[in-house]
Amino acid sequence: MRVERATRTFSAGAVVAFQDMDLDVPAGRTLCIVGPSGCGKTTLLRCLAGLLAPTSGRVLLDGQAVVEPSPAVAMVFQHFGLFPWKTVRDNVAYGLKLKGVPKGQWDELVRPYLELVGLTGFESMYPYQLSGGMQQRAGLVRALALSPEVLLMDEPFGALDAQTRELLQEELLRILERERKTMVFITHSIDEAIVLGDQIAVLSARPGRVRELIEVGLPSSRTAEDVRSSPRYAELRQHIWDQLRPQVVAAAAA
Amino acid sequence: MSIAEDSRLAAATPSPSLSRKRERNLGDAEAQRRREQIVKWSSRLGSLVVLLALWEVFGRHVNKAVFAPPSRVVAAGIEMVQSGELWKYLQGSLLTLVYGLAISIAIGLPVGILMARSKVAGYALEWYIAAFNSTPMVALIPLITLVFGFDLTAKVIVVVISSLFAIIINTEQGVRNVDARLLEVAQAFRSSERALWGDVILPSALPYIAAGMRLAVGRALVGMVVAEFFTAVSGVGYLIVRYSNSFEPDHLLVPIVVVMALGIALTAITTTTERRVAPWNRQKDD
Repeated sequence: MRVERATRTFSAGAVVAFQDMDLDVPAGRTLCIVGPSGCGKTTLLRCLAGLLAPTSGRVLLDGQAVVEPSPAVAMVFQHFGLFPWKTVRDNVAYGLKLKGVPKGQWDELVRPYLELVGLTGFESMYPYQLSGGMQQRAGLVRALALSPEVLLMDEPFGALDAQTRELLQEELLRILERERKTMVFITHSIDEAIVLGDQIAVLSARPGRVRELIEVGLPSSRTAEDVRSSPRYAELRQHIWDQLRPQVVAAAAA
Repeated sequence: MSIAEDSRLAAATPSPSLSRKRERNLGDAEAQRRREQIVKWSSRLGSLVVLLALWEVFGRHVNKAVFAPPSRVVAAGIEMVQSGELWKYLQGSLLTLVYGLAISIAIGLPVGILMARSKVAGYALEWYIAAFNSTPMVALIPLITLVFGFDLTAKVIVVVISSLFAIIINTEQGVRNVDARLLEVAQAFRSSERALWGDVILPSALPYIAAGMRLAVGRALVGMVVAEFFTAVSGVGYLIVRYSNSFEPDHLLVPIVVVMALGIALTAITTTTERRVAPWNRQKDD
């Protein structure tokens, strides 16, 4: 997935969400995007998803321009985006249903992922009956059930408490271990970016630009514990925070 | 295992919903539900007893020609049921009500959806909806009887005009107020327009539509009685007028109580239906 000199403005150019963005996410790798609030991270992800068109520049997936949501891409939302009127079973099978997969095959396609995140036994519950962590696990299963090439994650764990968040990071790493995906992961958390990312793009305050692109340099196959105990983790954490701090201050002052 | 840890976390939050904790508490939950039922019904019946007692005490001290205590109303009610009089008139009223509500729903839902969906339809209709919704129906009844006479048709039209706009307005609001985030989810998952309606828009509008129905039922009852005041010799509205003219308040109060009971029953039916078709909304009531 590539982004070429993309700019997105709102209100007829009065607000520039991000400008001259160049990004390249090789297949099977994870790019984490960190940046201060309002730096256009979420807008960028919407452009990658084909939900918004960049004002100028291009988004490419396998060399093809992205103009509408692609069947090869699935998205996970910060607000979970589950339908309150659907049971967990129907929520996780939502993408399959839209794809026209016969109802008889849903359970079979979804089961391995439900097991992987420990949602088995919750299928007939409604989202409101689940904890936030369980709701987002359902959101994750909904995306994975489509076997997408690319996962777009819009601060998916941002609304969860710290412990649940770490559990979900571990589960996500285990899932990626089993099936490599290309992933773009937006986050506020430097820790999360280092734990999950192969590369980290640090964005500047609005208008968002790539301030620095960092190679994490840890093996893709990893556990959260390995990462947090490695010397590279502390070094990166400090470095990214040094980069980000003036941006966060600038964003807060703006 | 990580999941077990998380379910422990979840169980500590105010809505304990996860399996193990749930099973352990099932007995408690059952007992609590029963306690709530007892509170519910003893409050309802208790207030009824107090109300009837007050009514009885005061009712006995008022001139018999203008007011009656519950004991006399019950006696009159039994008499009217046994003679078949009550059912004869109630039948006509119920027919008016059922036809009127059915037509209101059949017109109101599609029109509400259309207004929310099409800008042109919204702009074209909003004045009339506002006008009819706020005009007292009584003002229109003489005209309606002039055009449609005094029979069932005229009465059904009054009921429709009374209840239709509540349904239109609520349906429109419901369809408009769909969570934009869920619309985006549907878009991201490549939903077709048709699937979008079934998966997202209609279910999310359902609670609004149900609220519209509850309003419509109340207004339909008002429309029904008022129409019967003005039109032919039928319906519980006519009974009310007749017994008022003959100074028989005990008989007069029977149809009034019946209409009230009808209101309670119809509201209960809509609420139950709402819970049936929209179980995810229970969290707000329970």
